[in-house]
Amino acid sequence: MKGIEKIVNRIKPVFSKGGKLGFLHSTFDAFESFLLVPATVTGKGSHIRDCNDLKRVMIVVVIALVPCLLFGMYNTGLQHYLAMGPGAELPGFFQIFWYGFLRVIPLVIVSYVVGLGIEFTVAQVRGHEVNEGYLVTGMLIPLIVPVTIPLWMLATAVAFSVLIGKEIFGGTGMNIWNPALLARAFLFFSYPGYMTGDKVWIDGFSGATPLALWTEQAGAAQTMPSWRDMFLGFIPGSVGETSVVCIMLGAAILIYTGVASWKIMVSCLAGASLTGLLGGIPVHYHLVMGGFAFGCVFMATDPVTSPQTEAGKWFYGALIGILTVIIRLFNPGYPEGMMLAILLMNTFAPLIDHYVVAVHVKRKMKRIAANG
Amino acid sequence: MCAHYKLRRGLNIPLKGKADMITDPPVVSALYALKPTDFKHIVPKLLVREGDAVKAGSPVYCDKNRPEVRFTSPVSGTVQSIVRGEKRRLEAIEILDDGKNEFLQFPAEAPETMSAQKIRELLLESGCWPFIIRRPYGITAHPGETPKAVFISCFDSAPLAPDLDYAFADREEALKMGLRVMERLCQGKIHLGLSDKTSPHSVFRRLQGVVHTFSGPHPAGNTGIQIHHVSPIGKDQVVWTLTPLGLSVIGELFLKGIYDTTRTVAVTGPSLHRTGYIRCRPGLHMKALEAFPYDKDGEVRIISGNPLTGDNVGKDGFLGFHHGQITFLPEGHSRELLGWARPLRLHKFSAARTYVSYLAPLLGKTGRFSLNTNTNGGARAFVLTEGYQKVLPADIFVSFLIKAVLAKDIDKMEQFGIYEMIPEDLALCEFICPSKIEIQDILQQGIDLMIKEMQ
Repeated sequence: MKGIEKIVNRIKPVFSKGGKLGFLHSTFDAFESFLLVPATVTGKGSHIRDCNDLKRVMIVVVIALVPCLLFGMYNTGLQHYLAMGPGAELPGFFQIFWYGFLRVIPLVIVSYVVGLGIEFTVAQVRGHEVNEGYLVTGMLIPLIVPVTIPLWMLATAVAFSVLIGKEIFGGTGMNIWNPALLARAFLFFSYPGYMTGDKVWIDGFSGATPLALWTEQAGAAQTMPSWRDMFLGFIPGSVGETSVVCIMLGAAILIYTGVASWKIMVSCLAGASLTGLLGGIPVHYHLVMGGFAFGCVFMATDPVTSPQTEAGKWFYGALIGILTVIIRLFNPGYPEGMMLAILLMNTFAPLIDHYVVAVHVKRKMKRIAANG
Repeated sequence: MCAHYKLRRGLNIPLKGKADMITDPPVVSALYALKPTDFKHIVPKLLVREGDAVKAGSPVYCDKNRPEVRFTSPVSGTVQSIVRGEKRRLEAIEILDDGKNEFLQFPAEAPETMSAQKIRELLLESGCWPFIIRRPYGITAHPGETPKAVFISCFDSAPLAPDLDYAFADREEALKMGLRVMERLCQGKIHLGLSDKTSPHSVFRRLQGVVHTFSGPHPAGNTGIQIHHVSPIGKDQVVWTLTPLGLSVIGELFLKGIYDTTRTVAVTGPSLHRTGYIRCRPGLHMKALEAFPYDKDGEVRIISGNPLTGDNVGKDGFLGFHHGQITFLPEGHSRELLGWARPLRLHKFSAARTYVSYLAPLLGKTGRFSLNTNTNGGARAFVLTEGYQKVLPADIFVSFLIKAVLAKDIDKMEQFGIYEMIPEDLALCEFICPSKIEIQDILQQGIDLMIKEMQ
């Protein structure tokens, strides 16, 4: 501890303004504050501060994602060996996991290296501190893409989402759309073949074909995985989205720590369940299919792109749930409704807030007038 | 009339170093100071020169825009120096105490026999007027205005705040007289805010007025929160607020005809080896607190006021005009390896559930923390705004109000409640903010802008 502090203090002048590597001071600051809690003390206002900061909040989300990531690795291996044919014998647990690990890790590395690289560069150019928002986005992106995606494609998507989705608005906290979903949307519309075609396992199974199958043939259930498999996650799909069990573990962490809003999760679930009654697919299938559960827990609840008002969160969540199912049922062109529903509601989040705030102001003014 | 308000939202920060219930013999210092910086939106105009002799109650400076608002000396002695800061801004007027304890005599009578105008003049002349704070904006009351009501919060819920029941136990006469005076200025509309924990034997239970009781964590004791629940104010409505301290000084003036600002001050904080109460006057030099030794190994921040809203005055500083608390906090210059990633960090307090220490308040006295002044993270943009609402028992959308201020949007500021809140009411939001946004400072900028625009 003391040793690291000494080293940091020794090399600090080199990176300070005016030092030899002064142009890298944001990068240095980022690493320094990553390693050591900064020694800055309060100036104006409150003299004491809570020890919770954004780094802590972000790391909690990353921890909540770990079950999904680990299961995703195992499932990738499993699906690989299963794809060899029904007769092939499955290897042991570790071999399956190891295979998946080797497939998933490059995605994670590419996502972090490209994303953080851009974040650092932008912070450097602006002379800002590096925001930690990408810690979460960088983990989310590999979890919502098919494992077979070419790495260059992933890198392009990450660059797009960080630059166009976030930095042009001013960085973490200023963006309109969830950056991770934007990366996925980018891939989805730019390289649809890779995202939904026969080249890869489609997202969950809520692709157009099974959906059509379900409505056209009564016996579709045979061609589809069982509800139990979808709930546990032993199905092909994007890396981290398949296991509802692991997602629920993550949700428990997020709700317990208060990092994500349970209101959004509950209302999203309720909205989807009620709309699911319209028919087509049974309600309980909607909730475990595709990216619904993952999006509901990790994407819709992004505090930056969701409404800031508590009442607004109920509307927002419910509308995401409703829209997802509507897109799934009535728009077979786009198989996965969750991504589009969330991005659309991200766009409308400020509008929802606007109306909630208007009601709030009206109520306040009334009360003040009554007391005048 | 007695209404009870149950406030649920808020936070009692479990800070170590609450004042023990021991009152030391009166503490005096050789040097006292009047700080115009204790008052917001006052342009000080000096009325004395270096070397002038003053008595307790002699005018030292006044407000340039309202010369009738005077600020008077708390002690008798000679003006030693006039301290100016940047751009010759008047920062302090230092007075050397002559130890004679002489008071200027004011012609005070029973308030019922005096006209309201006479009472106002006496308050202005004696220097008691600046104790009266007006809402909106939380600034010194204007002498010409008549308030809708007067609010007095009879308990302090801030971290390590003095127990006002204890501090004012012997001031019953003065408090009652103060109320009689205020009654003359604003008939029948003196609101007293009591805590549900105020003891039944407390002096505040025996005061006359419209009594409201509040239960719940900090900031239940803030007048702003109490006004918000009892009778919220909007544009063109003026409410005055007073602290029991101001009330007792006004009472003393009408009882004895002197300006006696002697108060019981809580000396608190995790850095102190012993805590307690002292009797002293405002402007007391911090060097006079030798009876309260503190940790010498680390740096210590001496705060006049409470840890959320007080002023960092330093070892050579002086007790503020409105303050009844002095807090000693360790400076947080130490660094912690990967602090944000450590799972437990049991020595640090957080109200957020990302740390287990949020459970500490359940432990009562054993779960107290020695918080230091480290910001515990760097400043960021707004990300998590849900938490603000959880520590503010008021119908105010904090993040919208703060963003309106940042955008300098006057209409929005009005709508979101800039008239109702002053920085101290949002201090807890600043405390819990994971983005480390200086909410109190931003709100103050908004208030400054409103005052400028509304003139």
